[in-house]
Amino acid sequence: MAITDIKEFAHLTEADIESLGRELDAIRLDVEDSRGVRDARYIRRAIRAQRLLELGGRLALFGSRYRPAWLAGTAMLSLSKIIENMELGHNVMHGQWDWMNDPEIHSMSWEWDQTGPSEHWKRAHNYSHHTFTNIVGMDSDVGFGILRMTRDEEWRPINLLQPFANIVLAATFEWGIALHDLTFAAELEGAEKGQLNSQANKDFARKIFRQVGKDFFLFPLLAGPAWKSTLSANTAANLARNLWAYVVIFCGHFPDGAEKFTVAEYENETRHEWYLRQMLGSANFDSGKIMGFMSGNLSYQIEHHLFPDLPSNRYPEIAVKVRALCEKYDLPYTTGSLAKQYLLALRTIHKLALPDRFLRATADDAPETSSERKFREARDAGAAMVETLRTDPVTGQRRGLLSALRARAEAKIPRRRR
Amino acid sequence: MGLKDWIEAPAAAVVPAKRSKLNWLRGAAARLTTPLLPDDYLHLANPLWSARELRGQIVEVRAETADSATIVIKPGWGFDFDYEPGQYIGIGLHIDGRWHWRSYSLTSPPNWDDKLISIAVKAMPEGFLSSHLVNGVPSGTIVRLATPTGNFALPDPPPQRILFLTAGSGITPVMAMLRTMNRRGQLPDVFHVHSAPTDADVMFADELTQLHEEHDDFRCKIQLTRSQGKFALSSLDEVCPDWRERQTWACGPLPMLDEIETLWRDENIEDKLHLERFAVSRADTSGEGGTVTFAKADKTVAIDGATTLLEAGEKVGALMPFGCRMGICQTCVVPILAGHAIDLRSGKQHAEGDRVQTCISAAAGDCTLDA
Ligand code: FES
Repeated sequence: MAITDIKEFAHLTEADIESLGRELDAIRLDVEDSRGVRDARYIRRAIRAQRLLELGGRLALFGSRYRPAWLAGTAMLSLSKIIENMELGHNVMHGQWDWMNDPEIHSMSWEWDQTGPSEHWKRAHNYSHHTFTNIVGMDSDVGFGILRMTRDEEWRPINLLQPFANIVLAATFEWGIALHDLTFAAELEGAEKGQLNSQANKDFARKIFRQVGKDFFLFPLLAGPAWKSTLSANTAANLARNLWAYVVIFCGHFPDGAEKFTVAEYENETRHEWYLRQMLGSANFDSGKIMGFMSGNLSYQIEHHLFPDLPSNRYPEIAVKVRALCEKYDLPYTTGSLAKQYLLALRTIHKLALPDRFLRATADDAPETSSERKFREARDAGAAMVETLRTDPVTGQRRGLLSALRARAEAKIPRRRR
Repeated sequence: MGLKDWIEAPAAAVVPAKRSKLNWLRGAAARLTTPLLPDDYLHLANPLWSARELRGQIVEVRAETADSATIVIKPGWGFDFDYEPGQYIGIGLHIDGRWHWRSYSLTSPPNWDDKLISIAVKAMPEGFLSSHLVNGVPSGTIVRLATPTGNFALPDPPPQRILFLTAGSGITPVMAMLRTMNRRGQLPDVFHVHSAPTDADVMFADELTQLHEEHDDFRCKIQLTRSQGKFALSSLDEVCPDWRERQTWACGPLPMLDEIETLWRDENIEDKLHLERFAVSRADTSGEGGTVTFAKADKTVAIDGATTLLEAGEKVGALMPFGCRMGICQTCVVPILAGHAIDLRSGKQHAEGDRVQTCISAAAGDCTLDA
């Protein structure tokens, strides 16, 4: 079973969590106090760059019967859609730029360039996902209701199709998100199941109509003789955006080390434990300036989950401080290269397609999900082992989560079969 | 819905209905730029072509007195010049990465042919924005604008006999009225009492003198309060014996307006009195809360400084959307129409024109929400 007691799992006392929480609050206030011209300029430039890319891409595609123009146009349009989706849409709708008080760059008014209406997404993502992060059964972003991403969830025969479902999800990511979010909007509205004329459905239909109409109908139509190549370019750009968004999201949530939690943990959670849950539930991937920008700075997923409404351009500097805190409290800071993080996620997808009897680890001690019990199990290996995990035999210091995990790996405790 | 309406639909919310042909074009273009509007691209070239809100550009800052100035603004596309003299306008200025919002009376008569409007601003010692406007704003600056509003307005045609009672920058809306009547050549019998501390503090002094010279019916009494003391309302009988028969517009500090209101009520001529209370509302940081008004729901409730605005609304049945109730999801964001709120997490203040997360904000004095 996933984590039921985050304190025990993290090897932290109540006082530790308190002071960790206070330090995180201080980071937040620091950034809030120093938001200013520099940040405003950043987002304005990002918006300008995206609009120019889109404009350039659309123009180039009028000549898309010529291969170089097709390539250039498709590249520009793909980049534009990626930036619009990640750095602009996602972050603006998190309210990261609300402090500027600019109605044009505000969570209340932003509508993004993909099939799901912003209103739906904000409900599902900002509220459900960011509040109930990684709580199995409450955060439906765990596997998006399609994939089994933790062995806390029961295996069903349909999961055998997971490797295939994964590819479909990746290619049609915006549609997956849109449908996923629609459920929340309908629920909020109190619409009956199968009630076609609900407001949520209407909003959804209108948005799809516009989005699909623009990319797959109007622009090809305008391109005249180049309609075919324009159509293929638009399809390619949407596909590129979908794949990239999918990879970024999966790297942020499903590599090994991004922990899952139980409802029991959530129910007794304090505000500072919420921080801890966000920290342990997310994963970063290494990125430089460009990669950071292209992923909407979601390469700093841990920082994003701690402070979803602080400006994305500040995440790199926040990350330095958060990392230092992890070191101080001996907590793991899950990160790695993009390729590594993605392969880990991919491994989980394929592994968990299988029924549990083919899997070796238990839900308390698996790469993708673990719980405080994995340390209790050390009891089976004898009292000496318990001691090793608690205190460092050389220095005599109390071990935190990170050291305990290391010690445990080194001691190679035999895994108990479920 | 006809085809024409359908095509115009995406642009309908942001442009006045009069410009039908342009709307048609914009609507058609919006199909291509969806989910944005064409203006979102156009405003890369010209910031005045904003899609989401009115914008304007400051074209001139003209000193009126040592601490006040007239700001001339060229409104962007979509501005309606058909306002009433005496109305005020919301203006937002971009300072340190943030838009700050305040309201000022328009001093320009409506329908100016050169498509400019003006406001007059007096720098208040505690007014961060007003000082910036008077002392530091360069021409060329882009500002946000809200449509002119307010009931403190001159009817058309104006009444036959008028009394203006103003003090300090309270003269600004009255200036718009005077200029309008003058320009239309219909300046009636006007008696104007204006108070200012010293000669140097009288805004628009030259213009008032000139009006007086050009129109026999316009009389202006300037009361210099530092040397002559406060203008005594009891002296009205002497200086303007028929004041009870006049339509009166008064604008100035709150105590003055209260005094005027009492007198007019005692005389039973309240229906002839028009007041503009434009005192700078200030945040009450004592943490005692205040009275919250939910404009759309038409509900009011008094809350303490620890109750969130969201809870306040729920108490009286003004339901606002919400999600996390802990300040992370932005589902509960609502604009403040008047007054102040305070962010309980950071202690930051929000004022009129800001949008606040109601789940983590409390009232800092009285405030009105657009909910
Ligand atoms: S309800 Fe989530 S931010 Fe207010």
